[in-house]
Amino acid sequence: MSSSRYYAPTQLNEAVQQLAQQGARAMAGGTDLLVQMRSRLEKPAAIVDLKKIDSLRRVDITADSVRIGSGVTGAELGENTALVACYPGVVEGAELIGSTQIQGRATIGGNLCNGSPAADSVPALIAANGICEITGASGERQVAVADLLLGPGRLDLQPGDIITAIVLPKPVAGQADAYLRFIPRTEMDLAVAGVAVNLTLDEQGVCQQARVAIGGVAPTALLVPDAGAALVGTRLDATALTAAGEAATAAARPISDKRGTVEYRRKIVAVLTRRAAVIAAQRTGRAS
Amino acid sequence: MARNHVTTTVNGEQVEYLCDTTQSLLSVLRDELGLTGTKEGCATGDCGACSVVADGRLVCACLMLGVEAEGQQIETIEGVASSAGLHPLQQKFLEHAALQCGICTPGIIVAAKALLEKNPDPTEEEVRYWLAGNLCRCTGYDKIIRAVLDTAKQIQGVSS
Repeated sequence: MSSSRYYAPTQLNEAVQQLAQQGARAMAGGTDLLVQMRSRLEKPAAIVDLKKIDSLRRVDITADSVRIGSGVTGAELGENTALVACYPGVVEGAELIGSTQIQGRATIGGNLCNGSPAADSVPALIAANGICEITGASGERQVAVADLLLGPGRLDLQPGDIITAIVLPKPVAGQADAYLRFIPRTEMDLAVAGVAVNLTLDEQGVCQQARVAIGGVAPTALLVPDAGAALVGTRLDATALTAAGEAATAAARPISDKRGTVEYRRKIVAVLTRRAAVIAAQRTGRAS
Repeated sequence: MARNHVTTTVNGEQVEYLCDTTQSLLSVLRDELGLTGTKEGCATGDCGACSVVADGRLVCACLMLGVEAEGQQIETIEGVASSAGLHPLQQKFLEHAALQCGICTPGIIVAAKALLEKNPDPTEEEVRYWLAGNLCRCTGYDKIIRAVLDTAKQIQGVSS
């Protein structure tokens, strides 16, 4: 039986070369990879540990962008007060992944690359119009988070591609986000449905822009343009919130499984949409 | 192919070992270093029985590779008591009968110690959320939560 090789490169180009080997797997926090290795009794030919690459481990906030390194853990995101101030919804999504122990290891890039339809950090990244920075054998490219996801466990990535960061626009005055999920218990479960809302209110409390993304109710997390459009131009009155929720229900293409039925998921995604919109609006400090 | 040679620090003591790439830190602790206080429950990161602290972060040793421990500071249940006696958490777990079969106890003590070092005066809700990844199938949790809260009070010198 041959052993797997372990690499812990400090440079991105080294990692790209190592990942190009047959059977190599990238590891960030390892909280999905180690479980997969165990349950499938599968041995990657090589494990490329990305945590020693400094640019993947940083959060950089500039005048016009917020760059979250793909290897930043949930716990680190939650401790970054400047990031929480910019994107409370992105951080609350990432912080819902697993337990305290998982939070110390699981990364935002890993949650994205695992490709779960119910990944808690993903809807808020889509609602924020997040862009993935990708480096691979064929160079660098950028792909919107919403376009990266092709299906459960399937992403628009080539062998050797590494998502180095997710870049979000710096929020403008009056802009805020929120993420809500429903689970049958209070902690440590996967979302039956999850909704992120990112919106901007003007000084009169009128919604200027809104993006709504839903998770756990389709093969991938989805942007729901009609739900955002239902909020724009309103003060998030009951009629607008109801319309946004109905748009989310209409966009949902859920399955029935042990966590919930199709009917239940369609219903709950509307409830979560309404509530997340209200929380995001309150966070702007401009809600009427 | 050669196994990985790792030099790390466990409970303040430098140790060296050889491990396979896919071998978990939990397996290294128990099978290579003989530190069997850290327990294997689910081996998939759900139960917290293998909780250890790696470079200041509470983690599941089953979800970390042994080879990743190179150069890190690892703290396990074996390092919690000192030559002076039990850690206050261990003493309070005894006083509150916060354990029955005991398989989850090392992980919960390690996790609770990490909490109190970060947040010396947690609310009951904060303790419950922090320990949500530590499963206990015997006690019903209430005694565990009371033991942790009582320890916090004692450490702060306002013993109840």
